[in-house]
Amino acid sequence: METKSIMIVGVGGQGSLLASRLIGNVLLSQGFDVKVSEVHGMSQRGGSVVTYVKYGDKVYSPVIEKGEADIIISFEALEAARWVSYLKKGGHIVTSTQQLDPMPVIQGVMQYPEDVIGKMKAQGIDVLSCDALSLALSVGNAKASNVVLMGLVSTKMGFEDKYWQQALESCVPPKFLELNKKAFELGKNA
Amino acid sequence: MKKLMLGNEAFARGLYEGGCKVASSYPGTPSTEVTEEVAKYDEIYSEWAPNEKVALEVALGASIAGARAFCGMKHVGLNVAADPLYTAGYTGVNGGLVICVADDPGMHSSQNEQDSRHHAIASKVLMLEPSDSDEVKEFVKQGFELSEKFDTPVIVRMTTRVAHSQSAVELCERQGDELKAYEKNAAKYVTLPANARKLHVTVEERLEKAAQYGNDCPFNKVEINEGAQFGVITSGIAYQYSREALGDKASYLKLGLVNPLPVDIIRDFAEKYETVYVIEELDDIIETHCRKNGIKVIGKEIFSKIGELSQTIIAEKILGKTPEFDTFSEPVPVRPPVMCAGCPHRGLFYCLSKLKVTVTGDIGCYTLGAAAPLSAMDTTICMGASISALHGFNKARGEESERKSVAVIGDSTFMHSGMTGLVNIAYNDSNSTVIILDNSITGMTGHQQNPTTGKNLKGDPAYAVNLEALCHALGINRVRVVDPYNMKECEEAIKEELAADEASVIISRRPCALLKYVQHKPALKVNEDKCVGCKMCLKIGCPALSVHNGKAVIDATQCVGCGICTDMCKLGAIGE
Repeated sequence: METKSIMIVGVGGQGSLLASRLIGNVLLSQGFDVKVSEVHGMSQRGGSVVTYVKYGDKVYSPVIEKGEADIIISFEALEAARWVSYLKKGGHIVTSTQQLDPMPVIQGVMQYPEDVIGKMKAQGIDVLSCDALSLALSVGNAKASNVVLMGLVSTKMGFEDKYWQQALESCVPPKFLELNKKAFELGKNA
Repeated sequence: MKKLMLGNEAFARGLYEGGCKVASSYPGTPSTEVTEEVAKYDEIYSEWAPNEKVALEVALGASIAGARAFCGMKHVGLNVAADPLYTAGYTGVNGGLVICVADDPGMHSSQNEQDSRHHAIASKVLMLEPSDSDEVKEFVKQGFELSEKFDTPVIVRMTTRVAHSQSAVELCERQGDELKAYEKNAAKYVTLPANARKLHVTVEERLEKAAQYGNDCPFNKVEINEGAQFGVITSGIAYQYSREALGDKASYLKLGLVNPLPVDIIRDFAEKYETVYVIEELDDIIETHCRKNGIKVIGKEIFSKIGELSQTIIAEKILGKTPEFDTFSEPVPVRPPVMCAGCPHRGLFYCLSKLKVTVTGDIGCYTLGAAAPLSAMDTTICMGASISALHGFNKARGEESERKSVAVIGDSTFMHSGMTGLVNIAYNDSNSTVIILDNSITGMTGHQQNPTTGKNLKGDPAYAVNLEALCHALGINRVRVVDPYNMKECEEAIKEELAADEASVIISRRPCALLKYVQHKPALKVNEDKCVGCKMCLKIGCPALSVHNGKAVIDATQCVGCGICTDMCKLGAIGE
């Protein structure tokens, strides 16, 4: 199988680590060769962060380049727009509608573009979105918005639900498992 | 059993399986997780040392004592450890000694882009370069064997993409952890000139032998593809990029032993093809070696010495392929890293910005104080340079400078190499003002303990250096502590110490807001009746604060109630 590429993007501290672990777990269960790559350190401090997940028969480069991503999962609307150039023609964006102002916007030096998701769709990009933060809050924890998005992206990846459930069971501490399973369901049906 | 492992985690696994008994390191992105993972194996004694020089000396001592030993650091850390490294090349080892150096092409989290292969060449020790997690583990294990076989430290060079990528690793049992006998051997370990002259001869002979070994060793692999149009000589992550970009169109010589480089295997490979490319990240080390030996290759005339390589760059330069993609229809505002909401550095940096003082800075989270809107930093050079550079700055510009310049340095960085600079200030009599930003942890690298925190690498209680007593002992009479959440107190302290007629240290003390034990207050609220949208509160650059529709807005998911913005608001519009 040709190598497939998934990017997980967001703002430092939004929980992309658990998301990449869940996806990596599901892909390993399917017998794929998998590489997951992330940058630690300075970029974590509230900056734009990106994780690459690649899978197939044999994966070489751990990095995803412009025009190569089959799916971009974004925890924040502006971050989805930032990485549009990395999307393959015909690829999908799965994003939360949450908006976080970056420092140049807070300082009034730049504007946060209006209706980011509408504009991406107008460009002909396939965008699937949900208010992951509100859905996560509805199950009792804002931090579960990453798992809500995993539920949403599972509808685009074509693996059976049971593998996602198994991944949740092996990646989430038992006391948060039920909450995260609910979050996953909400995302799947969003 | 196969497991998905970070390159750094695989490194630790390799140390475990390879029988490592003693590990000493200093944290630094992208190397930190190696030692954090090592700490999970009870069979290995592991520690954070105050700096890389100490760490390498500890590891070398353990090696001489007969144990397989390890020392890890980032690329710039190897500059600090260069002194013991260059002589360890002469003394050689007893138990195998493996050193991790993690380079950061692209400077994701570093102040320069140095290529550590130069250190291996200059110190005349062996260097291995793996390209994925499974290779990392194997190279580390075999690194111990090589180290003992050739009687030399072995450096395993990581780069960010190898260190921070996860791929499948096959797990094996631990072996080779017997302590070797120690016998006094002054001719080998006492590097008096008379001994060192003989040792240098041994070093050159060893390099010759290792270069020969490189012609037929498991680290250097030839991969011939039928019908390949050209040859590629490469190493490390550049192999993975090359393989992805060029596939079966090329044949490959993948070099895993990158110092010393072999000649025959490269010449034999190169003779098979009309065109041979050298694809290596950063400097032209393999390429220069080829040219020196009369092997015709194409390298840095088409590839840059700057930044990371990628499959796209290689496909473009060699195959003329350019990627196709769309871009978003509007400019996207950049999102640079910022000090977190509740960061104890914020209030202190606002005071420095307000007082318009010259600030010599250092390496850590607080380097973000250089960014707008605080913009309160004039220099950032290397670990510890804030203090020594301030002293030089003040010696050059005299009293006028002493009255309006400070150095800022974190607790861990102060222990690393700030202390010696402070001694210099006391000894050589400069009226300099040093601010130690004590957030009780090594922050930027992801919360590592250090000699001031009262805990060791394993999280167990440890001796805690008392910074006040230390500064006094180093010769500074004026030492005072302030709370950076109290900006009034900070501002007064800075003014008074700048005005004082002797050197002083201000310790700005409050634990990092991200530490688990730190209790947060509820998010603050804006009283919209009082807020006039003046944006005064935005001057502290807090990511939880913005102004929408003429009123300040606080993001309750980020705010930890530190109260710095409350103090900024003259109208009392922000409160609990």
